[in-house]
Amino acid sequence: MMTVPSFRSTPALLVVLLLSVLAVLPARAELTVDITQGNIEPLPIAVPDFIAGDDVERKLSIEIAEVISANLQRTGLFRPIDKKAFISQPQSLGVNPRFANWKPLNAQALVVGAVNIEANGALRASFRLWDVFAEGQMTGLSLTTTQANWRRVAHIISDTIYERITGEAGYFDTRIVYISESGPSDRRVKRLAIMDQDGANHRLLTDGKTLVLTPRFSPTQQEITYLAYYNDQPRVYLFNIDTGEQELLGDFPGMTFAPRFSPDGNNVVMSFAKDGNSDIHVMDLRTRRVRRLTDSPSIDTGPSYAPDANKIVFESDRGGSQQLYVMNADGSGQRRISFEKGRYGTPVWSPRGDLIAFTKIFRGTFHIGVMRPDGSDERLLTQGFLVEGPTWAPNGRVLMFFRQEKSDAQGRGGDPRLFSIDLTGFNERELGTPFGGSDPAWSPGPIHQ
Amino acid sequence: MRLNIPSLVVAAFVLAACSSTGDDSANSGSSGASSSGAVSSSGVGQKAAAPAGPRPGTQEDLKVNVGDRVFFDFDKSNLSTEARTTVERWGAWLKTYPANKVVIQGNTDERGTREYNLALGERRADSARDYLISLGINPNRLKIVSFGKERPAVVGSNDRAWAMNRRAVLVVSAN
Repeated sequence: MMTVPSFRSTPALLVVLLLSVLAVLPARAELTVDITQGNIEPLPIAVPDFIAGDDVERKLSIEIAEVISANLQRTGLFRPIDKKAFISQPQSLGVNPRFANWKPLNAQALVVGAVNIEANGALRASFRLWDVFAEGQMTGLSLTTTQANWRRVAHIISDTIYERITGEAGYFDTRIVYISESGPSDRRVKRLAIMDQDGANHRLLTDGKTLVLTPRFSPTQQEITYLAYYNDQPRVYLFNIDTGEQELLGDFPGMTFAPRFSPDGNNVVMSFAKDGNSDIHVMDLRTRRVRRLTDSPSIDTGPSYAPDANKIVFESDRGGSQQLYVMNADGSGQRRISFEKGRYGTPVWSPRGDLIAFTKIFRGTFHIGVMRPDGSDERLLTQGFLVEGPTWAPNGRVLMFFRQEKSDAQGRGGDPRLFSIDLTGFNERELGTPFGGSDPAWSPGPIHQ
Repeated sequence: MRLNIPSLVVAAFVLAACSSTGDDSANSGSSGASSSGAVSSSGVGQKAAAPAGPRPGTQEDLKVNVGDRVFFDFDKSNLSTEARTTVERWGAWLKTYPANKVVIQGNTDERGTREYNLALGERRADSARDYLISLGINPNRLKIVSFGKERPAVVGSNDRAWAMNRRAVLVVSAN
């Protein structure tokens, strides 16, 4: 049994998910997708509507199947089969599916699920993932929660399917915080916004009267740290998602900016600018004590912790141009890691620890790329007039960033938009938002206790 | 298709005229400065000049008679000879109006990453501030703020717009 608090921590919305893996029959041949390969043929998968009784259940069963299909499709690794091609509809979760009806569709995998509204109104969703050609069950799961949480149910089922077939953790039960942008570019209105990773449940968190930039989630996802221009002073704030309360992080004479949480959430590392010099400092959120980590007479910013919290990658122009550096978490051992041609900024350490993503500017073109923490094996994933600000999905296999095209003399055409791309450099997709979008930050992953 | 050619030619002439007007006003800081210049110094709330000219010591006076902004090279924060001349005029003006306090707003063009540009804008504003202090202006009268690439004076992704956006602007504090 696993208890999963809802994103909102209010007790009324507390979700309890009961996981019981249904009897697993060994599959003869393992059905897998290797996600480290780039342009693979997507795996055909059938996701029929979940089995349902009354109309309420039927509506949820259709919606859950749709969200699962859409999640899997967007990965580029799966090809959900058109429902109109189905020969039959599963009637029971308890018996083996009629595999002969799915083989002609070349469905490699089949998701059979059921939705029940229980006497107390709770939503119970169960599913089994079948390997059609091996005629065996690959995994199964049963979840109980409130009906309002049906989307999270669909995301958790999607995560389970993805994990079973790819061997990697899923990233569907996650959220994105970003900056919603509207209005002309010289009078842009920027608002803090949050949404699920698929764009659903979109909410604007600030009113747009104050310029806000560069949000980042805390590990618990209850708080966001970001830059805001309240009283025309650019400084770092904490924003509580549940209460909407803001808190200034320290009262320092100059600009504070580029904040990120440490992996345990106890510290915020950020830059202080004073007298034309920006240095990286770390604040202990419990004592509010601040420690200076860099002191070169240069622009030191964009800090990002390694997942083990022992090291920090950052950018500095101390050598004459914007480049990437790594230091120990106490500021010692600073050394440059980027040595190819061009300028480098916005480094972000992968949650797996194995790579650092960055923005690179070379000959006037922006790139999103990755390199190892020692600077080796640089690989550029995408480019454009302006692509900036990569953020990692919690499984370290997908990145999100924003893209902006050139604007004309009237300022048209330059609205930024959010995109995701696989670490392989394939499967670049736009994530639609109500207005323009920039500075995305992916949540660190679902909350497990 | 043929019919469209004359109208395209006309459009090109109009654009050329606009852009040369913009260049002139930017370089001289004259009253012909585009409305976008006014936007960047918003919050001061000064109205357009009365027939007799701007009221002495106001933002409009600074803009029309002194020049309220200096420009920087790409990814640079040092003051050019021209920029130093402008800041020297700022210094003289601030000595003429000793009650005035000001904010120097540092800005960048759009061709850089957001946080680096925030730091670069701060560095540009600080360059102007440092020079004013060296000219004898009391530091207590001078604040700086960086907007990075967030507040372009001129929209568009072209060399002219970028040059006009790499700027520090002297803004009279409202008090």
